[in-house]
Amino acid sequence: MRETDIAVVGAGPAGLMAAAYAAEMGAQVLLIERSQALGGQLVKQTHKFFGSRQEYAGERGFEIARKLMDRIENQPNITIWKNATTLGYYPDGVMTVKKDEKFHTLKPRKIIMATGASEKTLAFPNNDLPGIYGAGAVQTLMNVYGVMPAKRVLMVGAGNIGVIVAYQLLQAGVEVAAIIEAAPKIGGYWVHASKIQRCGVPILTGHTIKQAHGTDRLEGVTVCRLDEKWAMIPGTDAYFEVDGLCLAVGLSPLTELLWQAGCKMEFVAELGGYVPWRNADLLTTHNNIYVAGDVAGVEEASAAMVEGKLAGLAAAFSLNYQTEKFAAEYHEAKNQLNALRAGPVSAKVCSGLCKVMLGEAI
Amino acid sequence: MLTKDGIPSVEDLSAVTPPTKRLNQGPVAVIECFQEIPCNPCADACPSGAITMPGNISARPIFDENKCNGCGICVTRCPGLAIFVVDFSYAANEAMLKIPYEFCPLPESGEEVQVLDRAGKTAGVARVIRVQQQANKTTVLWLAVPKDIALDVRNIRRKMGAMS
Amino acid sequence: MRIASHPILNFPQQETVEFTYNGEALSGMSGEPIAAALHAAGIRTLRHSSRYHRPRGLFCAIGNCSSCLMTVDGVPNVRVCVEPLRAGMKVETQEGKGTLV
Repeated sequence: MRETDIAVVGAGPAGLMAAAYAAEMGAQVLLIERSQALGGQLVKQTHKFFGSRQEYAGERGFEIARKLMDRIENQPNITIWKNATTLGYYPDGVMTVKKDEKFHTLKPRKIIMATGASEKTLAFPNNDLPGIYGAGAVQTLMNVYGVMPAKRVLMVGAGNIGVIVAYQLLQAGVEVAAIIEAAPKIGGYWVHASKIQRCGVPILTGHTIKQAHGTDRLEGVTVCRLDEKWAMIPGTDAYFEVDGLCLAVGLSPLTELLWQAGCKMEFVAELGGYVPWRNADLLTTHNNIYVAGDVAGVEEASAAMVEGKLAGLAAAFSLNYQTEKFAAEYHEAKNQLNALRAGPVSAKVCSGLCKVMLGEAI
Repeated sequence: MLTKDGIPSVEDLSAVTPPTKRLNQGPVAVIECFQEIPCNPCADACPSGAITMPGNISARPIFDENKCNGCGICVTRCPGLAIFVVDFSYAANEAMLKIPYEFCPLPESGEEVQVLDRAGKTAGVARVIRVQQQANKTTVLWLAVPKDIALDVRNIRRKMGAMS
Repeated sequence: MRIASHPILNFPQQETVEFTYNGEALSGMSGEPIAAALHAAGIRTLRHSSRYHRPRGLFCAIGNCSSCLMTVDGVPNVRVCVEPLRAGMKVETQEGKGTLV
């Protein structure tokens, strides 16, 4: 049975920051990542980030990932486990992990769950044809492995992921036939939409997929318009000949371990699905479990990084680890989150967060 | 319409386009940032203090065209690729336009290219004056464009050539 | 098809290895997911579903959805979207659920 101060589950932007800040306060940290590489979704992001300088604004996601990884790789208090899938967390405080085909048991004093979120899908006839991908899959193929996902793609969803990935497809040399969005307005930042429009890619709001076509693989899709009640309008079918369909229709937090641990959960549509109740320090209703990043509510990478910082500091503090930098960094993290969430584009997330906020903090 | 497709209206643009007198004086930035999103690299980058963001970072940038010398640092730094520099004093019939560009292959200096408006439609033809590559990979293209389309042109037509 | 040039990213040349796909000799980069190597070679169908034999390919590319299960070196239900390619691997499309014992 291995013991440690803090186990951080997930080494995406939230987990990397949590591990860095907790270890810098003096805690022993075990960072557990199921894939063979650290960085989560950050390594696939080729666009320049928003936010302020503290959140690495103007730097590309994969460059930020490199900086975060350098920071934790140089930190002696952090043990990194890759290819390590956290299997369960039990009432006696034992966590089980499968690493490199071996079964491990751990007893961490505190846990930071930073497991992120997974892509939603859409139901329509033939939605299982090869050539239909989640947006993240397309990013992985293009930006991590340098493989063209298709020759011509239709993007479904004009939230940030849809408009960003459509632009990345163009950069990879893939033709984008159009972006369709069921809602009457685009959900992504207008600047992302502007970038795509000036490349000649139309954005069609009030449209949805009716059907995909093809025998062995996708050959085309039929799209139609929706009325103000979200019903399909007859006679508005349009066919797009495409060999790739990209679904960017939202993310759902990956919360299985939180459920198993008995954390109080709530369905909050604004945050992507079921999320845990948590206090202002990101502590759940389980005294030893903190959360950070998309698992706590689907938002943005900048917010995930700052939540990781906050959870890392709070978890270390709860074990009496702190340096003279603690107070300044803790307050800075809170101010950063407030600044990121101050504008109208964060209204939805803020109203979601209000529904799952517990009372006490440090 | 911005909320439906990201294309600003004439009203949106008139609020951010410097007056003709300033446009004719020399290069100046046009900051096509219309939404309150948490973002401030433009204000952070401007060496002349022409772009400020008092209060919180979700505010839209405040631009003083009289402090701007059209250096174009903001063009390459903006994460949204939403800033352009235009210089109506460049020549009698042509304006110089600096646009951010993140595709390959890059055009070459001296090349004639088709130029596109905000909806991706061909607006005319321009000459590439300079291809200013940057460490952050947001290249700034300097284009000599006919004055009558200089406020509409925001992209060039790509040659499809990135595939193996 | 692999991306030859990209405006932002550099794809470093990795070691090329040989493997077989349903007996056919193919090559890919050592350590990349098997699915990426197959995709680069133009192969999109990875298995057929158990009841209706519908062709299935990649969906999530992150090991969550189980669309990409193939039999690799005789072992069924391998998530090829995350399984790294090694020299000499024998990759086969899986029909149905695969046999464990």
